Parts: sequence; C-alpha cells; structure tokens
Amino acid sequence: MSIEAREEFKPKIVAFCCNWCSYAGADLAGSSRLSYSADVKIIRVPCSCRVNPMFILRAFERGADGVIICGCHPGDCHYTSGNYYARRRMTLLFSMLDFIGVENGRTRVEWVSAAEGVKFSQTMHEFVDKITSLGKNVRLEDLRCRKS
Amino acid sequence: MYKIKREDLPALFQKIAADQELYLPVSTAGQTNFGVWREEAEVDLDTLKTVKSPKDVFFPQSETLYTCYREGKKLSVEPETLKEQDFVVFGMKACDIKGVEVLDRVFLSDPIDTFYAARRDHGTIVALACHEPEETCFCKVFGVDAAHPAADVAAWMVEDTLYWKPETEKGQKLTEKLADFLEKAEDAGSETAVAEEEEKIRSIMEELPYSHLSLEGWNGDVLMEKFESPLWEELYKPCLACGTCTFVCPTCQCYDIKDYDTGQGVQRYRCWDSCMYSDFTMMAHGNNRTSQKERFRQRFMHKLVYFPANNDGMYSCVGCGRCVEKCPASLNIVKVVKAFQEKEGAKA
Amino acid sequence: MQEIVNRAKELLADGTVKRVLGWKAGDLPYNPEPAYFEKEEDLEEFVYNGFCGANLSKYMIEASKMEGKTLVFLKPCDTYSFQQLMKEHRVDREKAYIIGVGCKGKLDIERIRRMGIKGIKSIAGANLEDEAETLTIVTLYGEKEVPYKDAMLERCHVCKGKDHMIFDEIIGESKETKDGDRFAEVERIEAMSPEEKFAFFQKELSKCIRCNACRNVCPACSCRKCVFDSNKFDSAQKANVDSFEEKMFHIIRAFHVAGRCTDCGECSRVCPQGIPLHLFNRKFIKDIDELYGEYQAGADLEERGPLTSYQLDDAEPGIVAERS
Repeated sequence: MSIEAREEFKPKIVAFCCNWCSYAGADLAGSSRLSYSADVKIIRVPCSCRVNPMFILRAFERGADGVIICGCHPGDCHYTSGNYYARRRMTLLFSMLDFIGVENGRTRVEWVSAAEGVKFSQTMHEFVDKITSLGKNVRLEDLRCRKS
Repeated sequence: MYKIKREDLPALFQKIAADQELYLPVSTAGQTNFGVWREEAEVDLDTLKTVKSPKDVFFPQSETLYTCYREGKKLSVEPETLKEQDFVVFGMKACDIKGVEVLDRVFLSDPIDTFYAARRDHGTIVALACHEPEETCFCKVFGVDAAHPAADVAAWMVEDTLYWKPETEKGQKLTEKLADFLEKAEDAGSETAVAEEEEKIRSIMEELPYSHLSLEGWNGDVLMEKFESPLWEELYKPCLACGTCTFVCPTCQCYDIKDYDTGQGVQRYRCWDSCMYSDFTMMAHGNNRTSQKERFRQRFMHKLVYFPANNDGMYSCVGCGRCVEKCPASLNIVKVVKAFQEKEGAKA
Repeated sequence: MQEIVNRAKELLADGTVKRVLGWKAGDLPYNPEPAYFEKEEDLEEFVYNGFCGANLSKYMIEASKMEGKTLVFLKPCDTYSFQQLMKEHRVDREKAYIIGVGCKGKLDIERIRRMGIKGIKSIAGANLEDEAETLTIVTLYGEKEVPYKDAMLERCHVCKGKDHMIFDEIIGESKETKDGDRFAEVERIEAMSPEEKFAFFQKELSKCIRCNACRNVCPACSCRKCVFDSNKFDSAQKANVDSFEEKMFHIIRAFHVAGRCTDCGECSRVCPQGIPLHLFNRKFIKDIDELYGEYQAGADLEERGPLTSYQLDDAEPGIVAERS
C-alpha cells in the first residue's frame, strides 16, 4: 500500500458506551473541549453487559474496522455487577476472534468513569491509531456491504 | 465415441476452462462438492456422490435478484444480469441429471424462471456413468440408468481411460472444440470396454438393497388417503427439523426471497429454503404448517404425491440417496415408503 | 442388548413408564434412528449398537411435555447433557426413568466411508457384546476388516469417561476408549499465525450449507425460538454467502452454548459437510478452564456456570492479546 493510500484510510470505529459512566465520560471530554477522533461513533447502551456479542460481529460485518466497549470500572457498575459479566463475555469473545484469525487489537474493552474525560479522549486516540495501523477490516466484513 | 487417458484429464480441464467456466467435483477440506475448476483445485472424480447435489450450478443456494440504491430523493433499481457465457459441468451422475429434469419442470414451465433458464441454455453437461454404485443408491426405482446417463456428453471411466460420447448438438460442439485432446475410439475394443462397464454397473444396481423398492400406491391420486394416514404421527418423531435433506437433495426447489440491507442499498436475494423450517412459506397471518409433523409430511407428500399429480406422474425424487446418507437422525424417504408398505401389507 | 430389551419390557408392563425412548434398527447395517416404543412387541425392533451415537437427551425436552414417565437410555456422555438440561429446567427429572447403558465407543459411518469402503451389505462386530476388536464389513466390492478404534467418532477418542452422571439403573459394561488429548487440535490451531488460522476456518466454514443440523441436534440449543430464526429483526440469516454469515452463525452459536456445552460432539457428528464444529466449543471450554477454573458442564447440578458468575479479580479482556 502506498503512503498516500495509507493516509487516506479513515477507520470506522464503533464505541459502545455505558450510560452511567463512559457516556458521561465522553460528555465530559466534550465539555472540557478535549478532542477525540471523529471516526469514533458512539452507541449508548444501558450497561456494558448489554453488549451482545452479535452487536460486535454485526458492526464488523457492516464495515466497522474496530469496536471498543466502555463501561464503569469494576466495582462501580450502576447495576452492581453488569461489567463483571461483560468482562468474562468479552474476554471469551475476543479470544474466539483471535482463534479464527482476526487481528488482535480490533476489539478492546476499557473502563472509563464519568470523571475521566481525559482518559476517554486518550483511549480513543490510542484506539484510532491502533486501528489505523491495522488497516481495513477484511476478515470479518460482509462483502455485500462493501462500498463499490 | 472418443477417448482420453485419465492422466491427460487435467490438460483437458485446462483447455475447457480456458474460455469458459468449468464446474466439476472438487474436494475442499475433505469434502467433495461441485465447484469451479482452478489450476490448484483438488479435482475428485472418485467420490460417487458429492455432498450437495450439483443443482446449485443451475440454481445457486443464494443469488441476488436485484439491488436498490437511493441517491438523494431518487431510487434506482439495478437488476442482476442473466448468465451470458457458456459453461461446462463435468462429472454429473445420472441421478443428478434426472434431478435437473425435475427442476426443468418447475422453473421452465410458465412463468419461466429467467435466471434458471439462462443457466440451462448456457450449460453443457458431461455426465459420468456411476463406476461403483453404493448401497444408498436407488435411482433404478425411478427408471434412471446409472450406466448410461442421458446428457450432452456421456462418459465412462474404465480403468485409466475416459470414454467420451457426444449425444446432443451441444455435446458435439464441445467435442469439436476439444478435438486436439480427444482421440477417436471407433474400434471394437473401446465399444466392448464401454459395453462391459455398462453391464457391470447394471448388474450391481440389481444387487443394491434399495433397488427393488416398490412405489406402488404412491401417485397423484392418493392425496387424502396418504395425507390423513396416522403413520406420519410416528414417522416424524425423530426428525430434528434441520434442512440437511432438502439442501443435499437434487430436486428440492423451494426458495425464500429476502432483502438484505447493505448500508449502501438493499439487495433482494433468493436462497434455498427448507420445508422443515418453521418459517417456511410464512405469510402475514402466520404459518400454514405449525407442527413438525405437518412439515415432515409436506416433504414426502410433495415428492411422491403432489409433484406427480402436477407433472404427469413424475416423482420429484430421483433416488440419489444423499438424504439416506446425511440425515442426522437416520430418517429418509426409503424408510417412509417402506413404513407405508408394511402398514398397507398388514391391511391386506 | 437382550437384557436392555427385557428390562424395558418389564418397566412398560408394570406401568413404571409409559413409553421407551431408544433406538430402532434401521434398514441398512448402520442407520438406527431414535424412536419411541409404547408397546412391548414394538421393542422387537429395538437396537443398541455401535451406531447408536445419537444423544437422546435432546428428545427428552419434548418427552418431558408428554404424559407419564419416559424410559430413556443414556450413554455416559449423554448423561452430562441430560443433567445440564435439568439445571436449565428444560427437562423434568420426574418424567424420566434413566437407564445408563454401557459404551465402548460409537462408530462413525462417514469415517468408514472415507476409508473407501462402499456398497456396504453388512457390518459385524458393532454390538456391545462383541468381543472382537475389529469390524468385518461385507460390501458389494469385497470384504473389509477395520479396527473398531479406527472407525470411532472423534469424540470417543477424547471421551470424558465412562461414568454415568445421572441414572436410575445401569445396564451393560463400558470400555475405556480415550486415547487422545481433547485440546490437542485447539492447541495446534492456537499456535498458527493469524493468516493460517483464518485460512483454516475460511476453508472449513466455506463448506457450511446452513442446514442447521448442528443447532437442531445440540442439547444446549434448546431455545424455543432461535435468534437465527427470528424474522422480527435483522438476525435471520438464510443466505449462504461466502463472506461472513457462516462465521457469524458458528461463532454466535458456540458463544450461546459456551459454559453450557458438555462437549458431547453431536454437532460434528451430524454435520453433512464434516466441519469440525467441536473446535469452537472446545476453544471456549479451554479458555474457561484456564481463565476461570476447570469446569465441566453437566457434571453436577449446583455449581454456577462460568458465564453466569464472576470473580472480582477476573482477568481483563486485554489478556487475550498477551496470551496469543
């Protein structure tokens, strides 16, 4: 891939953010005028454990290049234990994706509290950089959804 | 008649594939199915039955019908183009060809299915006689001659020689194109070799356990009698409601039409459906067949009663035996026919 | 086998059970089918041999809705599935009379076919009572001898053990068949590069014909309505396209049974295209064992499943990158 083409690559990133911590964290990042990449599309969910593995695969199918799930720090879940369940589920799912040969790093879980606007912004910067270096997701995309 | 050494077949395939698609049995991860020939493809002519029947060459498991796009406030519809290039299918068996005959009845009668018709028009079939028929075969029951398949070109593999006999205009045309590869075999020796192979196949067919299955009592006129039989209640019980039998079958022709939102537009596609599935022929009011017993009955009634009723007595089973081999619960059409026979026998 | 039939007749006669769920002799030497028997004389058709691989636990979901008790024959591995179904309240223990039957490994007709054996007329040596270590297969094309072991299902080579987890009585002896490591194949794939892994699964899954046999035979897949059958929202997937759908289906299906899958191996047994579907399940089991402690679904009735419990100090998802 040429340098020009690489520069043109704009990753599509889906961020599932829990309503109580991470979404508020994203809000804080905004109101504190911290920047984060416009390539990140946030989807608000009631809790990180609302994220069904199908959501993640569906996002990849429809052309996402990276998916990040953000929730309350362990111990701080609004529903007491949702993020603990999410943690196990996501660990297993990510391991399965690794098993079938999807590049590591296309998926990530990060705990971001409502007070961590800076962490939110930093995490998103990092994640965008990571996905940009990995390039386009071709292994999990549905060819029918590819822009011709 | 012509002949070619088995070792020269790769060159023949290459020649055919030079300017058209060539479908033939290809092994992928240990299983043989019909696929497009490529230099690196693992061609497998020894497996008698491919897992899936080759019907998907003419009637693919999934195919797009058209795609809709939205540009601003305008909608545009882009129809899928029909098959325009000639292609060759090599290695179909007599039962599979009979299966295509059944499909023709469905798709080539009014209203004609243009997608299917285009593929039929452009396809040339080279059929291979069944060298060693297996215990699950019962094509003889449906009047199929496994020893001499009725195709554009009939072929026999006798030891290391493939005998090639064009039987239609299409077959003749293909043969002419391959003149450099095929050697004339007009001698008595070749004729005898093929005749002996045919004889051998026919005598094995006689010995197969299912070859003498009787379909007496199964025709288009026994609808209510068979439909209302209490036997279905017992027979369906082990059925898992999967679609294996329908998807490996050379004659099952039901499909579903669905939309797929690609984000850029909507693709309308059709894909094989199975009467074993709960959403089969689902309508606005719900479903016609609400129990697995009804779904199970539908499949066999369709093959042995409804289809013959509408098609001059032609059954829509060809006796390939794929369902016999593949059913996870070891159910199959032969067991159904036998169960009815036993019950009717008891009555008499 | 006669002992099993006699006992079944007794239990039917004295009214302990209303019906018997077992296997009925097929019309070929290798295709017995799961069947209900309601009358003593019907049991003449009963068979229990090496080809009775079908796990009858799944049928007990339906049988639990029928009136009266059902006598069911379960092999050692099937009892794990039954107990797991009990745990999930999908079968009714009160409606089942379980006879644990012995097992010396179940046979795989596909494996026999792959040896080039065709035109099978008869198979000797597949019965539980047979002492011989070989199968004698008479075919139209000559007689073949095959070591019993070589014709066994993959799952029997990594057998979980010949103890029945739940039963009312046990009939018949078992014989140890384990001679392989359950996770060896998973480990082999884990050691591959991402490209190799992807190529491996791409090749295997491209064979999938979406027949749903794996799902429908699976005792853990007991949802009344599967998410992949739902036409209410966009999850029903019927198209068989070569890009993503099969992968999605198989990953999600394996995920939905993760922590509940007993590794009974039915999915791989029934796959018409011979896809090694158990690899997905075993990968989850291996991860669960390594990250959250050893767990065997269906081994008991009390312990909480690994995905319905948690520890405060569980590994973070980032561990996946470190491990790979």
